[in-house]
Amino acid sequence: MKDNKNLLEIKDLSIHYITDDGTVRAVEEMNLEIGVGETLGLVGETGAGKTTTALGIMNLVPNPPGKIIGGEIVFEGEDLVKKSQSELRKIRGNKISMIFQDPMTSLNPVMTVGDQIAEVVKLHQNVNAAEATERAMEMLEKVGIPGTRHKDFPHQFSGGMRQRVVIAIALACNPTLLIADEPTTALDVTIQAQVLDLMRNLKHEFNTSMIMITHDLGVVAEVCDKVAIMYAGNVIEYTDVKRLYTSPKHPYTIGLFGSIPDIESDESRLKPIKGLMPDPTNIPSGCPFHPRCPKAMDICSQRKPKNTEVEPGHFVKCLLFENTEK
Amino acid sequence: MSKIKTSNNQEEVKAVSKKKRSPWVEVWRRLRQNKSAMFGLAIIGLLVFCAIFADLIAPYGIDDQDLRARFITPSRDYLFGTDNFGRDILSRIIYGSRVSLQVGFIAVGISALTGGALGAIAGFYGGRLDNVIMRFVDILLAIPGILLAISIVSALGPGLQNVMIAVGIGSIPSYARIVRASVLSLRDQEFVEAAKAVGANDFRIISKHIIPNSMAPIIVQATLGVAGAILSAAGLSFIGLGIQPPTPEWGSMLSSGRQYLRDYWHIATFPGLAIMITIFALNLLGDGLRDALDPRLKS
Repeated sequence: MKDNKNLLEIKDLSIHYITDDGTVRAVEEMNLEIGVGETLGLVGETGAGKTTTALGIMNLVPNPPGKIIGGEIVFEGEDLVKKSQSELRKIRGNKISMIFQDPMTSLNPVMTVGDQIAEVVKLHQNVNAAEATERAMEMLEKVGIPGTRHKDFPHQFSGGMRQRVVIAIALACNPTLLIADEPTTALDVTIQAQVLDLMRNLKHEFNTSMIMITHDLGVVAEVCDKVAIMYAGNVIEYTDVKRLYTSPKHPYTIGLFGSIPDIESDESRLKPIKGLMPDPTNIPSGCPFHPRCPKAMDICSQRKPKNTEVEPGHFVKCLLFENTEK
Repeated sequence: MSKIKTSNNQEEVKAVSKKKRSPWVEVWRRLRQNKSAMFGLAIIGLLVFCAIFADLIAPYGIDDQDLRARFITPSRDYLFGTDNFGRDILSRIIYGSRVSLQVGFIAVGISALTGGALGAIAGFYGGRLDNVIMRFVDILLAIPGILLAISIVSALGPGLQNVMIAVGIGSIPSYARIVRASVLSLRDQEFVEAAKAVGANDFRIISKHIIPNSMAPIIVQATLGVAGAILSAAGLSFIGLGIQPPTPEWGSMLSSGRQYLRDYWHIATFPGLAIMITIFALNLLGDGLRDALDPRLKS
């Protein structure tokens, strides 16, 4: 496969949760693409639709109430939305793997870690139990845990080590795409750095593409090639890391950067974005960000902004930039 | 970075190798500290031993009648005395443990397997299927247990096998409800989602990830359930619907001793004591297991 070919393309994806209290538009008309070996950061506040996007790609959105309303998820040339569950099971864990947020709960407490790694191998590769166990020990060594500990149970490991076990499970079948859902949120800062380092190294070793879901812009700067900023189900800004950090365009992105404390300047207060995330069942008309936006215009409450390419490879969903379109 | 990692690992390896135990070893360790549970376990062990080696232990055969030795009160020759046919009560109680244990364990096996499977399916899939299964279970629950067992036995006819089925069906609801409740709480756990994300199918998720995690309440219920099943079977035999004579069964021995209660107390007393001690031992063990399996009490 050529490097410039896209491994995953998400086109106009919409995922809604239909509940008694109303419809939650968790993901709306999302467009993303990831090339082979690339890392995409998915950034947003809690409830912005990041995890739903990840589950959508795996086709694991809890149904009911969740439903993929429309759009395509093209993975290696095939649309995942149209695949049957048994076809999807062959892809999950094999071609696309997921790392969950909390390593304390994402491992089965009554199964040895070796068995849990071997399970994936046995599900997707034609191997016997001994070979699977061997592979499990090999993977443990890869993530920096002695292979002899494969007979241990999750409660015998620390949080950081458990997350490494989770990474070992995710990478056991050499997936082409790894989805990491806030893999470091539950860990303390020093362990975070270790885990991120480990993920980056293994990603290079296996040439895996990665979707890194996080709300930490520091993590993004460290590991990602491209970034998509999400707000209330919409990708409001999508570009490569360098451009995002040097010239953020969307007022929300600028607000996010503004709320990071700067070590060098002598400030006593943070500058948060005013207001709160809107109620997901009752998203404001027009641009969902307009009630909090410092640059809101009259038109913002009337019309939804379109995805505008302000410069090649830099997309912004904001009415401020629609006029400057060529 | 790599230096830090290896030294960390070595420390952790050392710390862990001291207490390298599977959860079940841990449970056994805690159970051992519980004296009353161990007492219960010892009695049950003794009972199982009696049942297996009944032929060797029992001083007389099960229906060796000695009409000259009827109604003998406990003495050196007949430790528990003899009944109206001159049969040795001790021997019959020892042989009776076979029947009682068989009924207890097999009936619980029937109800735990069916009830557990129904509960797991209902809890895992939810929705309409859950509703159908649980309403069926509610119907079973609405009928008094002994009445249900009586009607099943009278439909199928008396006998060991039918008693086990009748008693087993009667306690399906409790297992279905317990398993469903724990499946409901486990279903949304992240490790189940993780299992889905590695491509495991539903059967695998239920059997490998959910059931092993909901074992604790099932084991406790099953231990207490064996006691209940023995009691129900004895009850059925007492009213003449269970195991038929001359097979020695504690309930039917109790029943036949009833008419001589005024003059010969020992005929009914010893089978009754056997039932009582067995139930008592199983309950002690069940309570101990519940404490040992409760994660909140982990020391």
